[in-house]
Amino acid sequence: MTLADGWEMVIGLEVHTELRTATKMFCGCANTFGAEPNTNVCPVCLGLPGSLPVLNVRAVDMAMAIGTALNCTIQRSTFHRKNYFYPDMPKDYQISQYDLPINANGFLDLSDATRVSIERAHLEEDTGKSTHLGGGGRIHGADRSLVDYNRSGVPLVEIVSGPDMRSAAQARRYASELRAVLIATGASDGRMEEGSMRIDANVSVRRSGEPFGTRCEIKNLNSLRSLYHAIEFEAQRQVALLEDGGVVRQETRHWDENVGATSTMRVKEEAEDYRYFREPDLVDLAPDDAWRARVSAGLGPLPAQRRAELLALLATATPAQRDAIDVVIDLGLERYVHAASSAGVDVGVALSRVANELAGVDDVSRLSTGAFTETLAMETRGELSATQAKAVLADLLRGDGDVSAVVAARGFEQLSGASLAETITSLIESNPDEWRRYCAGDDKLAQFFIGLVMRETRGRANGRAVVSDLEARR
Amino acid sequence: MSDLTRDEVAHVARLARLRLTESELDLFTSQLAQVLDHAADMGSLDLVDVEPTAHPFGLINVVRDDVVRPSLSHDAVLAMAPDVEDGRFAVPRIMGEAP
Repeated sequence: MTLADGWEMVIGLEVHTELRTATKMFCGCANTFGAEPNTNVCPVCLGLPGSLPVLNVRAVDMAMAIGTALNCTIQRSTFHRKNYFYPDMPKDYQISQYDLPINANGFLDLSDATRVSIERAHLEEDTGKSTHLGGGGRIHGADRSLVDYNRSGVPLVEIVSGPDMRSAAQARRYASELRAVLIATGASDGRMEEGSMRIDANVSVRRSGEPFGTRCEIKNLNSLRSLYHAIEFEAQRQVALLEDGGVVRQETRHWDENVGATSTMRVKEEAEDYRYFREPDLVDLAPDDAWRARVSAGLGPLPAQRRAELLALLATATPAQRDAIDVVIDLGLERYVHAASSAGVDVGVALSRVANELAGVDDVSRLSTGAFTETLAMETRGELSATQAKAVLADLLRGDGDVSAVVAARGFEQLSGASLAETITSLIESNPDEWRRYCAGDDKLAQFFIGLVMRETRGRANGRAVVSDLEARR
Repeated sequence: MSDLTRDEVAHVARLARLRLTESELDLFTSQLAQVLDHAADMGSLDLVDVEPTAHPFGLINVVRDDVVRPSLSHDAVLAMAPDVEDGRFAVPRIMGEAP
């Protein structure tokens, strides 16, 4: 879908990512997803009088890693209170960074060779999670919201891009690349479906070459698909409005996945007066050069470079192989592909096995790169079929022993030359007519004999060995 | 004298969810104007060589290790809730998510 002639989208994204720390941002409560409601809470994250926040050093490390990966300046920063009245923050304010964020002025390069500027990437705490019971809901039509404060105080980094994107597809590419970078830094698990990465999209339209139009902010998009469709819808809505002589009102909008439309949440004048002021309970954060260097040294190669290294192993990459590379990089499993490639295994096969057989497994530690390579080498030599190789990998991932033990336990060992020859001899004797026709030049009958051998050996024969044996006897 | 208006005080009161009477609005407008006047006195000083002071302590980088400490018991937490449902705080319905 594209906009009507002469119109252009202008998009900036605000991406919130929860940090994978052990504890919350300002207290020692566990930072876990899916715990019993209101079990990971304490006086600090409940905002009880007299409690004091103390900053989690690991959250700072992770924020600095993100800033470094996004080419930001890491600077002296301060914390502010963002005041608002909402039951999801029991303190009635959220601790955030305002005029002096920890990371500023960076950029992220996309695969389409465009550069998206990063205005800031700042630390803040997450809010509690509300569940809204509508009228006519479970409790006698009561209108209530239920709040779980386990998420309240979980460390977040909010990454604000410049208004640099010009299509929904480009916004999706940016979000996808940013997600890969966040995973690579170890700061985020990137799980959008669990809400650990959430996106707000600022969308406006303009006639090409004119100044920016009035923008609307679409809140809380929780998949790349939603991001794409919400931006498409919103831009079309604004163009239709403007072409009808209307004006776009600056407002916050909500994306309804089921309806496939955005709708007004609140207009600008009603909100956005958060009375920011300095958080008096926290002092400045001013990482020195040694701290910066430590974070920088802990940062491995970033996805773009790692992707390029895998691509370099292939003469040309199919779209499916590019997708497989993305999966492999996201999961940090490229060591398997590199090991297999060094041993002469076909890179396409290795990519496919990692992206399919290893990707769904939570813990791959029981499969060594050596065992992976050995299995695929057997597949390459025709000693295992593709189906058998996948089964062997599954067993190895479960920790069922080394490759030869697994192959033996599965009964996948190939018949040795002598017993295979014996099997073929007896099959020729019991099918003399077919053998005569094959010898007379009817090549199709090779398949007939291969089928018999496979049935007889329950698939344990090497097809190529059968063919060469048959041809030798012909 | 500060040019703080009565409307501005009413706006700030609304943001803080304070309900003020007409006479309270007059009283606080004049009181707050005095506070602002006092702060404005700083403007008459030459402070170009003074670093902005955000905190009375000169401390920076006060952090703690990322180590889990026990949380409150579930019962103690819910005892503080005005109303409880499904192990969660039940409050009058709010629309949508936080800003």
